[in-house]
Amino acid sequence: MTGFLLRRLLNYVVLCAIATFFAYSAAALTFNPLARYQTRNPPPPPEVIANLRAELRLDEPIPLRFLHWASGVLQGDFGHTITGQPITAELWSRVGVSLRLFLIGTTIGIVLGVILGVVGAIRQYRLADYAGTFFSFVVLSTPVFLLGVLLQFAAIRFNDAVGTTVLYFTGETTAGFQGSFGAALVDRLQHLILPTIAIALTQIALYSRYQRSAMLDVLGSDFLRTAQAKGLTRGRALFKHGLRTALIPMATLFAFGFGLLITGGVFVEEVFTWYGMGEWFVRGVQVEDVNIVATVTLFVAVLILISGWLSDVLYAALDPRIRL
Amino acid sequence: MSPTADSTPRVAAVPGSPVDPGGAAPPSRGGLVLRRLLRNKLAVTGLVVFVGMFVLAYVGPLVSPWTYTDQDFTSLLEGPSADHWFGTTQIGEDVFVRTMRGLQKSLLIGLLVGVISTLVATVVGATAAYFGGWVDRALMWVVDLMLVLPALLVIAILSPSFETWLIMIPLLAAFFWLIAARIVRGMTLTLREREYVQAARFAGVPAWKIILKHIVPNMASLLIIDATVNVGQAVLAETGLSFLGFGVQPPDVSLGTLIASGTSSALTFPWLFMFAGGLLVVAVLAVNLVGDGLRDAFDPQSGTGRRVRTWRGSR
Repeated sequence: MTGFLLRRLLNYVVLCAIATFFAYSAAALTFNPLARYQTRNPPPPPEVIANLRAELRLDEPIPLRFLHWASGVLQGDFGHTITGQPITAELWSRVGVSLRLFLIGTTIGIVLGVILGVVGAIRQYRLADYAGTFFSFVVLSTPVFLLGVLLQFAAIRFNDAVGTTVLYFTGETTAGFQGSFGAALVDRLQHLILPTIAIALTQIALYSRYQRSAMLDVLGSDFLRTAQAKGLTRGRALFKHGLRTALIPMATLFAFGFGLLITGGVFVEEVFTWYGMGEWFVRGVQVEDVNIVATVTLFVAVLILISGWLSDVLYAALDPRIRL
Repeated sequence: MSPTADSTPRVAAVPGSPVDPGGAAPPSRGGLVLRRLLRNKLAVTGLVVFVGMFVLAYVGPLVSPWTYTDQDFTSLLEGPSADHWFGTTQIGEDVFVRTMRGLQKSLLIGLLVGVISTLVATVVGATAAYFGGWVDRALMWVVDLMLVLPALLVIAILSPSFETWLIMIPLLAAFFWLIAARIVRGMTLTLREREYVQAARFAGVPAWKIILKHIVPNMASLLIIDATVNVGQAVLAETGLSFLGFGVQPPDVSLGTLIASGTSSALTFPWLFMFAGGLLVVAVLAVNLVGDGLRDAFDPQSGTGRRVRTWRGSR
């Protein structure tokens, strides 16, 4: 099994490097970082433009520029933005912001999604099943940015009803917040709730749909009847034999769901003005900054790599047949 | 797996056929699927709503006296009225006509992307599996590579060079065929070993003809479902990109740009936002219901699992 996982890992690393190269090249080809200087009136002196060109290495061929950037990345230096700030300085705080959102959101999403799916399957054609299906359909038909905006409205109504601001929906913490550690934690939590719900809802809807049908397939199987015939209670049979088998196809879906999560993260960070990687990416494209965009792309590729690899590991853990 | 390409014409001929004197002769698979689909009330509703929205989007602007660039200076930021059915914006634009124009664009992009991406998935998946060897490995490697990056990122990166919104169609389609291509490949791998495919091959039928006539019709159910689901996903992707400013560019409008410009003041002036948002959700929901209905109609065992009840009954 180790060989299998190592091979997959190597494969992912190569894909990751190539994908980042393509994204870098695409950005370098389409972006014109000097546009905002060229349209300035009066135009800046030609020497300034020439300096900037040299600084941004705009005259070098793109593969060379990429190699220069990539060798820096390998040494932990992600280059500079077009306004001259080092990217590395800002990177880690943004990674932290995004990961906090992703990890909490996905964990909640997976757990609740699996529970909702299993309940829907066991109580098929009952009220709980119909309610879950209806919820999933509506959420999966609602784009994340719309979901975010609607959550903000709900929060405003909620805050008005309570009479004090319980739920915040801009930023990940109150700017210039002073207070004890506990108060700071509460403040962060108040900012965290809405974006996490926005992220988790889509994940719950997606996973519950698949978990429901995976569970239904298993419910009809003979081995589950056998387990009960041999004396297991229905609950134990469902949990130990049913759920475990039904989770196997879900392992692949978790990796697929991750792509969705990242796309959703971009919108959630944008709507709730969280300064995470997604929001950075949007800014990067807006100011046509190649290095920012390449850095975020690399981050995304690595995340998808890890999730893909984790799903391989999970698959191996859940399904003894490929554990060789 | 049975051929599905032949459908309705045969249904009419069957009832009187001598094979089944009882009159309840088995109809063709296409007819059967259609009947099952029509029995599914949610799917029919979805289909009617989706077609209705298409008609509304294209007929609505013709009925309204305004165009999407007109500015009515006598009515700035006013709620829905007899004059302006969905109200007006800060500079007096008619929200109804703008929403309809956005709806046109979003639906058209979604529909074309759904169809094109499924066609590409069919061609690539079937080619890879039918020829095998390095063709297979090369094509599947491209699929793996493209799956590493979300479509949103790549299209956003390319967005500064967009000259027209039409470019969104091929770009979105370029990212929507990937997963379906893998499934098509898997199915082709088994179909390719079937006797009738072997027979055709030994009879000297060219490869493209075998793929087109003997392999693709056997995957029709999967392809129709995939195209339907992709329509909904493509609408979501397009509106998302436009929401961020990386899709349809002003002064032109899409449901995404309308929602983006409406959100800031949506609490006090809800008409700027709620029609575009509501129509978007309804459109995608309608497509998803049709897709789900198709899945049930093609394969009644999927998801709904009749076996479950027997298991429960026997416990």
